[in-house]
Amino acid sequence: MKLKKEELLHFYRKMVEIRKFETKVVELFADGMIPGFVHSYIGEEAVAVGACSNLNDDDYITSTHRGHGHLIAKGGHMDKMMAELFGKETGYCKGKGGSMHIADVDLGILGANGIVGGGFPIAAGAGLSAKMRGTNQVAVCFFGDGASNQTTFHEGINLASIWDLPVVFVCENNMYGISLSQKEHQHIKDISDRATAYGIPGVTVDGNDVIAVYEAVKEAVKRARQGEGPTLIECKTYRHRGHFEGDPTVYRSEEEVEQWKKKDPIKRFRKKLLELGTVTEDELNSIDEEVDKMVEEAVEYAKKGKFPEPEKAVEDVYTDIVEEVRE
Amino acid sequence: MRKMTVAEAIREALRLEMKRDERVFIMGEDVGKFGGCFGVTQGLYEEFGPERVKDTPISETAIIGSAVGAAATGMRPVPEIMFCDFLTVPMDQLVNQAAKMRYMFGGKAKIPMTVRVPVGAGMSAAAQHSQCLEAWFIHVPGLKVVMPSTPADHAGLLISSIRDDNPVMFFEHKMLYGVEGEVPDEIEPIPLGKADIKREGEDVTVIATSMMVYKSLEAAKELEKDGISIEVVDPRTLFPLDKETIFESVKKTNRVVIVHEAVKRGGVGAEIAAQIADEMFDYLDAPIKRVAALNVPIPFSPPLEKYVVPDVKDIINAVKSIAR
Repeated sequence: MKLKKEELLHFYRKMVEIRKFETKVVELFADGMIPGFVHSYIGEEAVAVGACSNLNDDDYITSTHRGHGHLIAKGGHMDKMMAELFGKETGYCKGKGGSMHIADVDLGILGANGIVGGGFPIAAGAGLSAKMRGTNQVAVCFFGDGASNQTTFHEGINLASIWDLPVVFVCENNMYGISLSQKEHQHIKDISDRATAYGIPGVTVDGNDVIAVYEAVKEAVKRARQGEGPTLIECKTYRHRGHFEGDPTVYRSEEEVEQWKKKDPIKRFRKKLLELGTVTEDELNSIDEEVDKMVEEAVEYAKKGKFPEPEKAVEDVYTDIVEEVRE
Repeated sequence: MRKMTVAEAIREALRLEMKRDERVFIMGEDVGKFGGCFGVTQGLYEEFGPERVKDTPISETAIIGSAVGAAATGMRPVPEIMFCDFLTVPMDQLVNQAAKMRYMFGGKAKIPMTVRVPVGAGMSAAAQHSQCLEAWFIHVPGLKVVMPSTPADHAGLLISSIRDDNPVMFFEHKMLYGVEGEVPDEIEPIPLGKADIKREGEDVTVIATSMMVYKSLEAAKELEKDGISIEVVDPRTLFPLDKETIFESVKKTNRVVIVHEAVKRGGVGAEIAAQIADEMFDYLDAPIKRVAALNVPIPFSPPLEKYVVPDVKDIINAVKSIAR
């Protein structure tokens, strides 16, 4: 497949956006600026960007607890994301969700999700809805290797398969379900093997190769839009950070981490672009600088925002009922 | 007015809403060609077709979870969970997803879905097919909980539930499906959060839900013979709860019995009793009594089942224990 220069630069820019956003988040979390839990996406950028680059604004995604990358790749705004991480009223969810629940329904982002595997049936439902409304929309369900052992994996994919729903199930196999290695949590190597059980295509790709992910998802999205049903795509990747910020990562070796860092999706792609000669180093550097500025602006926006008034806690439970405030 | 059973009234409400709004659809186990485990959706598959009356695999998490996804993206699903007891299976999708999405997203999502759930004992279906678990759901902010008794209430409240922009748990007693009652020729929505006084009375307020409304009305006839007049209040929705109607009745009678079929411990009665004790203490002339199932699983054998679930006599005894 011949990709245009703009497309290649878009991949690069989006991956750099995620990397720089996440790097800043790690720093701010360590400084105590971000409450709660943070699950860093650093190292897995090629999956979100490769997948979401196939989607339109009105297509849907369901994300995970490790969701910042998906949101940025789907077009989420960094400033509102950062403000949400800070717990500010200017954040995506007015400070009610935080890192694990950021959503932008207008951009088809049906939320990060604090429940591992929570998104499978929801994505199937979004696909069902698109099909019933007769639109051309698809839903992409992101999940990890850990989630592939949940009951929702089976129920969601089974439903999508019997009804030929326009859903693409994208597994980010980062080799660990929290502290448990894939070898210890399932008796298979390739999660895509499980597609056989649902009579749908299953493919495994190098999840650190943005073009490989892009092409696999492109094929799956095409199938989905043509009414041919779901696909299961497994992207082998690795998280450079622990499961959560503060994770001592005693369950994996430094050597393994270093091996994977050599396969860093952004460094690899940058090298490839320069080798192809389609872009110059200056062009890439100027993208880097632009993104640095974006991230700084997002942090400024987050810092400037106010914390929500405490009484706002009682709003937004229902569309029509605000039951009580503390006296 | 016309006569209809509870099942017919529910079916009619579903028909009306599906005709009125093409976003409304039904999904569940055996709800299509088979017509539903209790026959409630009979004929709807033929009328609306397989796309809008969807037979699902035996996969409760997929049923509820896909309803959540469909509701968040513009549809108005009415999923059915065949037995209340099976709600344990899709609990995450109800409690952590459906109920909380709007809130977690800062008010930027709507989840208009109505989960129809048959509840209750009375057919020797034993411990995993007989429970009333409505109390679990009033404990979850983000859900509305409806539990009607009469055919007319089932119809009117189901219409309101389907039109509501929030997730609604709609509990139907399976032993009421065949019970007849008057239903208006033109079925109008009945607002959620409005109790109904099923019988006016002077001496004791009996707050009863679902099947227990009928049992309380039977008890009322017996008690009348002894000169005790009870007022039977049917909350109809458990959240939002119509405290006003309940409190007005308490002001009049100063005595309260709460009756439900679910087990007593941690039941809806405990919540209602606490609210009355908290806000109406000065009006109470006697302790608040609860009549409910014994705190055991529902047993199989008919005499055991009958013993565990509250009956008319239990209600009469509770009323007499606090009547003037």
